[in-house]
Amino acid sequence: MSDTFDYRLTRNSYGRLVFTDRSGVMHEGVIPVRSFPITDPEQGIALMDTHGHELAWIEQLDDLPEEYCALIKSELASREFMPEIKRIAKVSGFITPSTWQVETDRGETAFILKGEEDIRRLTISSFMITDSHGIHFLIRDRLALDRHSIKLLDHFL
Amino acid sequence: MQQMPYLSLNNLPSRWIDGLSSQLAHGENILAWLEIDLDHQLHFDAGMVIVTDQRLLAKMADDEIWQAWSYQPGLLLAQRDHAGVGCLELFDQHTRLAFWRYRLGNGMAVNRLIECFTQQLEYQLSGIPPESSPASIQCANCGAFLPPEEDECPFCEKQSHTPPSTWTLLRLWRFAKPYKGRLLIGFLLTLCSTAATLVPPYLTMPLMDNVLIPYQNGQPINTDLATFYLSGLLGAAVLAWMLGWARTYMLALVSERIGADLRTTTYEHLLNLSQEYFGGKRTGDLMARIGAETDRINLFISLHLLDFATDVIMICMTAIILVSINPWLALVTLIPLPIIAWLIHLVRDRLRIGFEKVDRIWAEVNNVLADTIPGIRVVKAFAQEKREAARFHAANQRNLQINDRVNKVWSLFTPTVTLLTEIGLLVVWVFGIWQISKDEITVGVLTAFLAYIGRFYIRLDSMSRIVSITQKAAAGTKRIFDILDHVSSVPEPANPVHLPTIQGQIELRHVGFRYGTRSITHDINLVIKPGEMIGLVGHSGSGKSTLVNLICRFYDVTEGTILIDGHDIRTLPVAEYRKHIGLVLQEPFLFFGTIAENIAYGKPDASRAEIVAAARAAHAHEFILRLPHGYDSLVGERGQALSGGERQRISIARALLINPRILILDEATSSVDTTTEKVIQKALDNLVRGRTTIAIAHRLSTLREANRLIVLDRGKIVEIGNHAELMAREGYYHRLYLAQARNVDTEDRVAAPTVEHSIAGEIK
Repeated sequence: MSDTFDYRLTRNSYGRLVFTDRSGVMHEGVIPVRSFPITDPEQGIALMDTHGHELAWIEQLDDLPEEYCALIKSELASREFMPEIKRIAKVSGFITPSTWQVETDRGETAFILKGEEDIRRLTISSFMITDSHGIHFLIRDRLALDRHSIKLLDHFL
Repeated sequence: MQQMPYLSLNNLPSRWIDGLSSQLAHGENILAWLEIDLDHQLHFDAGMVIVTDQRLLAKMADDEIWQAWSYQPGLLLAQRDHAGVGCLELFDQHTRLAFWRYRLGNGMAVNRLIECFTQQLEYQLSGIPPESSPASIQCANCGAFLPPEEDECPFCEKQSHTPPSTWTLLRLWRFAKPYKGRLLIGFLLTLCSTAATLVPPYLTMPLMDNVLIPYQNGQPINTDLATFYLSGLLGAAVLAWMLGWARTYMLALVSERIGADLRTTTYEHLLNLSQEYFGGKRTGDLMARIGAETDRINLFISLHLLDFATDVIMICMTAIILVSINPWLALVTLIPLPIIAWLIHLVRDRLRIGFEKVDRIWAEVNNVLADTIPGIRVVKAFAQEKREAARFHAANQRNLQINDRVNKVWSLFTPTVTLLTEIGLLVVWVFGIWQISKDEITVGVLTAFLAYIGRFYIRLDSMSRIVSITQKAAAGTKRIFDILDHVSSVPEPANPVHLPTIQGQIELRHVGFRYGTRSITHDINLVIKPGEMIGLVGHSGSGKSTLVNLICRFYDVTEGTILIDGHDIRTLPVAEYRKHIGLVLQEPFLFFGTIAENIAYGKPDASRAEIVAAARAAHAHEFILRLPHGYDSLVGERGQALSGGERQRISIARALLINPRILILDEATSSVDTTTEKVIQKALDNLVRGRTTIAIAHRLSTLREANRLIVLDRGKIVEIGNHAELMAREGYYHRLYLAQARNVDTEDRVAAPTVEHSIAGEIK
């Protein structure tokens, strides 16, 4: 693990991450990518350049110095968008397409479900719902929702 | 001086207007706006970004004040997106001034906003007014720009994601109209046959009162009267039978025809839709729509709708008869009816949800099968039979669970209906006996009532089903009309130009293409001379296939024009234009039929001699003769198995036979090994001779013959020249070539690594 820090990571004034490797070559606009965003988000994060080539592999975020860790975390936070549904307030109808009013961990919103096939079962009790614009909404545990939400969701399962 | 089109303030969504009007300086005009729905931390929050002729304004819903940036040198507004979330950023030379996040879905509005901003910036700095663009007004609802001279937003309309209403069914009238005469006859027959079935219960009344009761009171049976009533019963039964038969036959005939018309019309319409439509749809879904959905609608019309109509007619007639016999008893009989109907509907509704679940779980079980059986070689090779069996077992187990739950309600259903019916009858009995005791009615009347009522209590169950069945049929109708309403994005020209023969010069002027919100190619300029061979080179995703699709007019360009011999291809009739193009694809598709039929696909009236000549030129003749039935061998799905190279040569012969002036080879040799490639290459050499040819190939070595190579990267032309020139330039092509040359050495049999991968190891 001694060669892990053969690079430097900074943020420039344009808000982009800059990666400088051992020989001093700089890559601007480096993007951290999670390898298992759903099943194991903390494990295996790759730093990719703008052409989609891997620059560095981070097994665990904790392996990094704190400042790098913070940089990567903030970059991930600004890129990751998978609202987690906490409550289903209203569903416009049980025949698709239907509009869903939901409360998520990122606030209240509405989205359009195009078809039942857009609700994907991840595990026995977790689901991913893809809306009409391709945004993924996550239901981490169906049974953790309130009764009303479970009932609404059940119609589609 | 030219004026930029200004948007009135009123076109903004209303909640922003109040705060904004005080912000705007005198004479300041709004040019474009974008409503955003996320904050910096990607939480849902509303915000607004506005471009005016003086500055850029922005505000989030919770902010107190509007942020503003006046036009000054070095400003840049740009957008990028990732996984459905867009980011609009404002830079100056040194730093990022601000950024906004939003959910994608209206890429046009974002691009337009940036365009407006850039134009204004240039104007403010240079003083040269921008070229006038057509007046554009934004839709207050979604922010999309409306096409000129249109008030309704086509975007909103197209995206109206409201579930189908039952009224959709009325649209079927278009298909029913040709059969309205027969439909009327069918309706009259329904009326008559229902009336006929109502005669027997009516006859029980006099039979009871005039024959049986007097006998019980000691009088002999009046044989004549009994015979009369009984023959009446028989006559009514026979009549009902005949009328019922005629009615069902007539209506089944009509509904079958409506279904057939619906299917043919939908299919014909589908075939004329552009490639774009097929690109976005799954084959299975389209097949299901044309097959299963039309069948469901058919069944709905011929069976359920008919039954329901009969039931309604029957209930109305019965009610009239009952009231005419005795209004009070009729009232008591009919009052429980709606209550019972409502109760049945309640139970049905729960059942419907359950049954839908069962349907879905069935699909899941099927999916496991569909997954495993085609991949059986993999399953066996990795010895995972047990795991697959376990997976199936699990799906089956879930199926069982859900079925058990549904069956709990289901098993209760029929007994419940029976119980409700009995209770209804009981009410009639009680009131009837009370009335008989008061001598208000006779025993015969009560018997007739009971006979009538028993009949339609039974029908109540099937009537309660109509709601969900109608909903399903409406959904099916909507799915069919989705196809029928779709206008081809490659329209036929209004005043077509006919070109019987062409030279084969292709010219691309400022060609740009967007797929949905994603821009794929921009500003491509290229002239291909008649008879020239062009090679398109670039990474996958660089826009090679898009360019070919545009030239074939599978899609229409979003910007610029494509000219053939100086004529815009959009002015030529689509089918006529495509006759000039021969297309050889990576995965040649053979239809089920003989080899000869497949070769003559583009020219069904070709003579045998022509077919053989084409096959010879395509180097397919010899292997075809080696097949047991020569040119009459069956190929395609369910037919003779041919190797990839053999199929490819048949498709080359197919292209040769129509003798096109323009030839397009889309990765024609990619899916075969190098030895086969050489044979195909020979065949291709025959094909290419003297034709304008555009070839796409992974293996750059196959393009050495090309007069010019066009190197594409991210939708733009980066280099043009022949192989030697480009190698000498040591640019993009040089890198691609070296990366591939290295890989060819290690290339195994067929596995040609994609360019993308091979380049990965190259760029340092």
